[in-house]
Amino acid sequence: MAKNCNFLVIFQCKHQSIVLQLAQYTLRKSPVPDCNRCSCFVRNAALESSGMALPKAVKTGTTICGIVFKDGVILGADTRATDGSTVASLNCQKIHYLAPNMYCCGAGTAADTEQTTKLISSNLELHSLNTGRQAPLSTALKMLAQMLFKYQGHISAALVLGGVDRLGPHIYSVHPHGSVDRLPYVTMGSGSLAAMAVFESRYRPNMELEEGKKLVRDAIAAGIFNDLGSGTNVDLCVITKDGAQMLRPYDVANVKGARQERYRFKRGTTAVLKTRLRKFDVQEEEVVSMDTSEASGSA
Amino acid sequence: MMETVQQVTPSYAAPLPEWLSAEHDMGTTLVAAEFPGGVVIGADSRTSTGTYVANRVSNKITRITDSVYCCRSGSAADTQALADIVSYRMAMHEIEMGRPAAVRTVANTFREMCYQYRDDLMAGILCAGYDRTHGGQIYSLPIGGMMVRQKVASGGSGSTYIYGYLDSNYKPDFTAEQCVDFIRKGVSLAIHRDGSSGGVCRVAIITANGVERRTFTGDQLFVPQ
Repeated sequence: MAKNCNFLVIFQCKHQSIVLQLAQYTLRKSPVPDCNRCSCFVRNAALESSGMALPKAVKTGTTICGIVFKDGVILGADTRATDGSTVASLNCQKIHYLAPNMYCCGAGTAADTEQTTKLISSNLELHSLNTGRQAPLSTALKMLAQMLFKYQGHISAALVLGGVDRLGPHIYSVHPHGSVDRLPYVTMGSGSLAAMAVFESRYRPNMELEEGKKLVRDAIAAGIFNDLGSGTNVDLCVITKDGAQMLRPYDVANVKGARQERYRFKRGTTAVLKTRLRKFDVQEEEVVSMDTSEASGSA
Repeated sequence: MMETVQQVTPSYAAPLPEWLSAEHDMGTTLVAAEFPGGVVIGADSRTSTGTYVANRVSNKITRITDSVYCCRSGSAADTQALADIVSYRMAMHEIEMGRPAAVRTVANTFREMCYQYRDDLMAGILCAGYDRTHGGQIYSLPIGGMMVRQKVASGGSGSTYIYGYLDSNYKPDFTAEQCVDFIRKGVSLAIHRDGSSGGVCRVAIITANGVERRTFTGDQLFVPQ
């Protein structure tokens, strides 16, 4: 991408008031813009020069995946959020709600995936109220893809969108630059290669529910055990035409070891040297509030 | 005065693989050829992100109107967005005109956008279709925004390996089936040599009667002896 992206595309249709915008503003290559008059950037620069680095955005590392099975779709995700090489959250939720019949797994920068899915979920609800019907998956897909393309990849959100609408079950993958793929099984995130290996060897069309759940669980487990950026539990979301069912956690892949004994100290381990009793006179006070607003009482 | 403490946190994590942040790219082989009565267009199906194949069965032949299709190469995001916009504008155009859009109109719409945003886009398009006025036409729109009509056109990284094959084997009086065979062999040869091309060979035949789409899986590709 060129250094100054001025990709502004507006289409105004004569007969409708729809404005289709794609990428709408000048984007710079580096995160610090030329304008140094902005107070927060001056402050950040001062902090950096005094030795305090900017906190890194929490990335989810992640293994996420989705499959189409006989009656619908199954989405799966791990639950580890990383901040560099530290685990920021052991049990974060990566399967986000979009609509009663659509859920979206998110990989990449945690804030980006969370906010993007929230925004599109809210827009979908408004769209559904406006049109008086349940929006198909392609609506959510277009909203997501067009928003990500608009930001030219700077919103680091790699998504697996899945759901069932009147046209059937669908799984889509959306990449941070705004490209879209429709496939029977997809994986995204740093653990996607491990998960894809499981899918490529065991996926079959029209699987039963239990078989499908096991396959997705195994794919996420492959990511959890073979990728440093993924870990802890496996979350699943099963969506059929009757609705969606979140299974969180579906499988606790890493069970914490149980303590062998009670490791408390026995009473009397610490000797009591002196005891002093002080009496306090406690007065109970009851506060009754009076309505002193203008609206109450007589003038 | 506070002494600034330099904190050195050793990073145990390996550097993130480049395919996590690379843009979705379609290495690609695209071929198109005219025959009396229509056009045949073909493409491979590999979409790569760095060295990882993100989609091994992608559909690079995209519908713009019922009788005009385009083959996409370059950045997946850019070309999908372009095809969406041109498709939307041509749908409006057809409603306003009351008749199907001419292939040249579609190609010109592509060219306008590709040229105006040539610094920001990475898109190589083959726009092909059929209209009643001029029959089957193919317009090649390489990166940069040029538009040129050709009887035989190719695009993408794999096309460089089959220039010789296309030039020496094309005949203007092919039947539809011969043309399909010509395209299939061309894409197969390019897949054989180009690392960024692979998967299946998708073909579309566009004539006055409409569009027929075919897919040639690995066993049906042409393998040189």
